[in-house]
Amino acid sequence: MSDEAVNGGGVGRAGDAYLAQMRTKRRMNFIILVVFLALLVSGFYVADSRNAGGFWDGLGNIFDFPAAMFSEAIERAPLMPGYLVKYFPSLIETINIAAASTLIGALLGLVMSLLVTRGFAPVPWLVTPLRRLLDILRAVPEIVIALVLIFTLGGGPVPAMIAIALHSVGALGKLFSEVNENASLKPVEGLASVGATWSQRMWLGVIPQVAPNYLSYALLRFEINIRASAILGFVGAGGIGYDLRNTMSWGVGKYDEAAAIFILLFLTIVVVDQLSSLLRNRLTHGAANTQVTL
Amino acid sequence: MTTATLQAATLAQFSRKKRITIAVPLVVLAYLAYIFVSFDVAGLSERINLNNARTLVSDSYSYKTHVTQNNRDGTIAVSVEGERKGEYPDGSAPDWVSLGDTTIVDLGDGHVITLGDEVSYNIPGYGVVTARPDGTGVNAVLPAGDLPDYINASKNRVTIVTDAGRFTITRARAEVFKYSYGWELFFFTLDSPYYGMGPAQLVSRAFSGEAGAILHDFWTNKMWRHGDVLWALFETLLMAFLGTFGAAIVALPLAFLAARNFTPLGAFRFAARRVFDFLRGVDGLIWTIVLSRAFGPGPLTGALAILLTDTGSFGKMFSEALENVDEKQIEGITSTGAKPMQRYRFGVIPQVMPVLLSQVLYYFESNTRSATIIGAITGGGIGLLLTQAIATQKDWEEVTYYIVLIILLVMAMDTLSGWARRKLIKGDEGGH
Repeated sequence: MSDEAVNGGGVGRAGDAYLAQMRTKRRMNFIILVVFLALLVSGFYVADSRNAGGFWDGLGNIFDFPAAMFSEAIERAPLMPGYLVKYFPSLIETINIAAASTLIGALLGLVMSLLVTRGFAPVPWLVTPLRRLLDILRAVPEIVIALVLIFTLGGGPVPAMIAIALHSVGALGKLFSEVNENASLKPVEGLASVGATWSQRMWLGVIPQVAPNYLSYALLRFEINIRASAILGFVGAGGIGYDLRNTMSWGVGKYDEAAAIFILLFLTIVVVDQLSSLLRNRLTHGAANTQVTL
Repeated sequence: MTTATLQAATLAQFSRKKRITIAVPLVVLAYLAYIFVSFDVAGLSERINLNNARTLVSDSYSYKTHVTQNNRDGTIAVSVEGERKGEYPDGSAPDWVSLGDTTIVDLGDGHVITLGDEVSYNIPGYGVVTARPDGTGVNAVLPAGDLPDYINASKNRVTIVTDAGRFTITRARAEVFKYSYGWELFFFTLDSPYYGMGPAQLVSRAFSGEAGAILHDFWTNKMWRHGDVLWALFETLLMAFLGTFGAAIVALPLAFLAARNFTPLGAFRFAARRVFDFLRGVDGLIWTIVLSRAFGPGPLTGALAILLTDTGSFGKMFSEALENVDEKQIEGITSTGAKPMQRYRFGVIPQVMPVLLSQVLYYFESNTRSATIIGAITGGGIGLLLTQAIATQKDWEEVTYYIVLIILLVMAMDTLSGWARRKLIKGDEGGH
């Protein structure tokens, strides 16, 4: 095509060819879009037919429950501060589950990431099996591990912490190893030339380079883990999710307490999200600055 | 800057770094110590239920076959896991059980149990234990000497647990458990004519016109319920699919409203952003609870919960992507006299589409996992089957089966979405 265009006389034909190409491409995209929408619509109908209550019936009732809850909450507004105080310890437990699992996940993820990054890995043949292990850790939903652990360890925060930490190892290990791949090898080589051991090379040569990015990913993980730890509480692993399930299942008369928990959870998630995005912004900009000054 | 000040600054920086290097591990350790105390990790050793752990592990790779004699009428029932749906038809039994007036159960390695009016268990290296259960007790006769610790005998009950199996006799019945490796009846239950056939035989049967019947027997396997399980898996995937792509479709127009360069009016922008914050902040858990009150349990509730949460996430991400678009392309389109809709279609969408789609695909993979959890809460998909199987506290082989399927599904979605994302970023320079 470009030959014709250069050799003159072909501009018109090249234009036609281009337009024809565009047309087929657009047609293909259009077909893909139609197929996709058809899938979406039929999927909706399948989901609707397999649901206990239909979509159109339920749509009218969607505000019934929030309305009932909030009217009850407003009715007993004077009790609200008491509820907020009552459930605050559970909230702390939920946050602690998230923080501890993020911390453990990040520490183990750090070690794993160094073991699976080519160039840093002390045992090269372990790279592939460990990567598969990380894939599996990432693929297992937290609830699977949590439910199995609740069966063996009993309820409480520890099963949730282990479950979320294992998932975090998988997720952070992969992200960290991607960061490692962009780290400069020069400090590592320099340290190797003065006879540093593997752990010294990693601790002094790699970690200072990658720490800001690591921290930023870990903070993002913390946001995700707060939600996860609230959800796991709902299936029996302690924290505020567990209280929420109890207030919900005791039925009428407890909705005001459920409302208090909703408020606590909502505020926590919003505050953590905002704080973490603020910190992450500072971290990435700070990292950019240090790079410039160096 | 003189060398002296530079040196001082460097030294100060170094000592600051040193302090941080020491302080950070100390803080981490202190926090972990606090967690250790506040989560009562030390008390875990008392709470841990090793028996549960043992059944869980052994059940996941082995199964047991029950041979039960009703001592009142002498009937014998043989079944897998003692379940009705795993029962051997009358008069048939696995080859280690020979039915007759006295039924002989050969557990292997010389462990032989005879069932009948008189029940006996020949334990190699120990002797023969006999029992003659009647209205007064089991009347067990044990070899002389001290009881070994694997035998637990009382007037009305004798339990013997050996490596070969487990034997219990009470006044009402005598029961033998034999443990074997594998997932029994995984393909066909005992009432299917295809039970016990090898793959070659099955293939030849399938070619002689029985493929439909074979598939039907597999699909409706009462023990493993493959049909239901695959439907549940599909429901989970459906939740993730509808939720993720539905959210993307809802979030796209809203994202234009929240992007600074497309909505000059601050009030709209503010409103759109607060809507996103609210949707994200309420979180999937609360949406699931609220929606399941309106729509009942099922995949639709889960899909809508994912849709609402992710509309918030996508709206935020999309509007950030939109704020970073290159104005030049839009100007170029405008200069040809394009109307606003055309400007968006040809000036903006092609620029942002690969980025947005790759974000959506990334979420699709992670939502497959969320859909499992949401299913466990609201009651739909594989999450529901998993919680039910765990609640029975005995179907651990089924739990293992579901976990394997979930992991395979998530990994497949991971691979698929990674492949699609690479293709999008590489192959779509034009972006149309």
